[in-house]
Amino acid sequence: MNARDVVLGRVRDALAAAPPEPVTVPREYRGGRESSGEQRLELLVDRLGEYRADVYRCSVAETASTVAEALGDARLVAVPGGLDASWTEEFTGRVEVDSAESPVRWLEDVDGVVTSSAVTCAETGTVFLDAAGDQGRRALTLVPDLHVCVVDLSSVVLGVPEAVGRLDPVRPTTMISGPSATSDIELDRVEGVHGPRTLRVVVRVDG
Amino acid sequence: MSSAFLGFPTPPPRAPYATGHLRGDQSFPEAAHTALDDTQQRRNLGKATATIRGKRDQVADELPDWEELRSAGSALKADVLARLPELLERFEREVTERGGVVHWARDADEANEIVTRLVADKDSDEVLKVKSMATQEIGLNEHLGSAGISPVETDLAELIVQLGADRPSHILVPAIHRNRAEIRDIFLREMPGVDPNLDDDPVRLAEEARKYLRSKFMSTRVAISGANFGVADTGTLSVVESEGNGRMCLTMPETLITVMGIEKLVPSFTDLEVFLQLLPRSSTGERMNPYTSMWTGVTEGDGPEEFHLVLLDNGRSATLADGVGREALQCIRCSACLNVCPVYERTGGKAYGSTYPGPIGAVLTPQLAGMHESRDDPNASLPYASSLCGACYDVCPVKIDIPSLLVELRHQHVEQSRYTAEAAMMRASSLAMSSAKRFTKAQRASRLGRVLGGADGRISALPPPLNAWTSARDLPAPPKRTFREWWDSEDGREAVRAARREAERGES
Ligand code: SF4
Repeated sequence: MNARDVVLGRVRDALAAAPPEPVTVPREYRGGRESSGEQRLELLVDRLGEYRADVYRCSVAETASTVAEALGDARLVAVPGGLDASWTEEFTGRVEVDSAESPVRWLEDVDGVVTSSAVTCAETGTVFLDAAGDQGRRALTLVPDLHVCVVDLSSVVLGVPEAVGRLDPVRPTTMISGPSATSDIELDRVEGVHGPRTLRVVVRVDG
Repeated sequence: MSSAFLGFPTPPPRAPYATGHLRGDQSFPEAAHTALDDTQQRRNLGKATATIRGKRDQVADELPDWEELRSAGSALKADVLARLPELLERFEREVTERGGVVHWARDADEANEIVTRLVADKDSDEVLKVKSMATQEIGLNEHLGSAGISPVETDLAELIVQLGADRPSHILVPAIHRNRAEIRDIFLREMPGVDPNLDDDPVRLAEEARKYLRSKFMSTRVAISGANFGVADTGTLSVVESEGNGRMCLTMPETLITVMGIEKLVPSFTDLEVFLQLLPRSSTGERMNPYTSMWTGVTEGDGPEEFHLVLLDNGRSATLADGVGREALQCIRCSACLNVCPVYERTGGKAYGSTYPGPIGAVLTPQLAGMHESRDDPNASLPYASSLCGACYDVCPVKIDIPSLLVELRHQHVEQSRYTAEAAMMRASSLAMSSAKRFTKAQRASRLGRVLGGADGRISALPPPLNAWTSARDLPAPPKRTFREWWDSEDGREAVRAARREAERGES
């Protein structure tokens, strides 16, 4: 017998030896909550601040200038192919479009990256990226040191169940809550061991 | 074996004796003795557990539905165990359909061989590793090493432990027993290309680790990870982390190999909404950990081109065969029970001799690897490595009743150890407190041990014939009833009668 059949057989035998009671899962926890934009914004800004992520509030019309401000003194910026080109119009450095064909190593020379986002959870301050065209492959938001992420308030939900409900399980998904961090040395928090050391979230309050 | 095995001719085998890290070379009391002398470890651990405890309490209290989430999490995990064969088959099908390759491993030896062969097939003599308890459990690093393959731990704490030729002392913060000055020394001694003027500022230390590992991430073609969750109905896998080393390993190399215990499933993708709330809050005391990665098979143009999943038994089916003890398989490895355990806080993780330390380790380790494999098996001491204070049950996000499991394992140990005085006494007097299940049935205070009463919360002397037990140890006791009151009550008498009946059966 192959290992698969052996293991499955053992598991079946084990349950036959001590048959479990059927289980009903209680779902009394909170989910599907409605909330005002103001409430979500306030919560999100607070949470992101606690993670030492910088937050910029702006209107859709102010996207380009706010993105330029968030990019600071970066000189070379990478963007995913599906990103709205107007977002980086006011940035004075160089903008390169990343693609699956470019070797990942080139991202090491990049100062920062600008992406959109799929959904954001206010209660935990978590931005979800799902590798859609305006978010790019996973390496794009991982290798460069600065990540500027544009979030529309309309895509912000209150809690984790509301956020998970909007995901497509088949897409590779990255959940980001603040910059990379470690507490491994005497429990002192240090930002940026491997991922981006700086996370800047641009929240478009009318988007 | 426990009574669960009646009519069950060949119980599934435990993890192999000689492979992996599920057994120390000393009993817990002996190992604890050494650990207690290590004042630095005690200080570091005390500080760490108190800090994490405080943060956990705060963020758990913040959620008004925390108890409802725990109930859901607990039931979901119980449901997974109850339907494990069907869910595993579904999971395998989904992973395969999305381009992954599923392997099954009966035990540590088989898993080690599978992974080593997969790495060798790629002509790679170095592999990246994401912190993973399953691979530590099976001793994968040692096995890879013996095949000429160098595993590189990429989690900062695991890297410190690895470079220091040491063993982890905590599930969550494995190098917490090390001070910054020691870490600096380890880096200077063992890390190639390190700045010789390195000081012991954590920022600088982390920077050196970043530099060292960056080049590895860019050049190594194979990575090995564990998994926090596998989603049965979609084939999705998930790794929860902070540093980004997980993201690196899961996306940069050409080949990804994930080793996952068969119990780590959740039924459906939606159920992640429960565990993604329970795990970070219970673990690091954060509302959410910095990074969570989820992937389903392979995605063209994004991440590894090849994905292998190794599903590991290694004593899990044996644990599942015990209708009581199987509850330990619900564990999501958050480490909250370690941080509240007064025994763990003083001894540290290494004293347990296993990849799984602390309260959960004390019930999981003997079940995965057995506790009667040799005379004086060190694992037999683990169920006694607790004061049964119940704090671990209170914090467990999936409501594992660890104190009851500890007592059940003590019972099993005594039943099977024919030669100890305790065994003789237990069998002769049919002590009610010998079995959690019976106890719980007889009188269900929220957890075991509370049934026996004492005004000061402890029992130091029981009336004969039970005094043979208490002469060796104190017992925690319930605040409400004295032992005499319980003894005289109907449920007390019934518990003793039930115990006696079972003991008589055991004798015949
Ligand atoms: S037993 Fe519970 S508290 Fe302990 S590590 Fe497992 S899930 Fe966490």
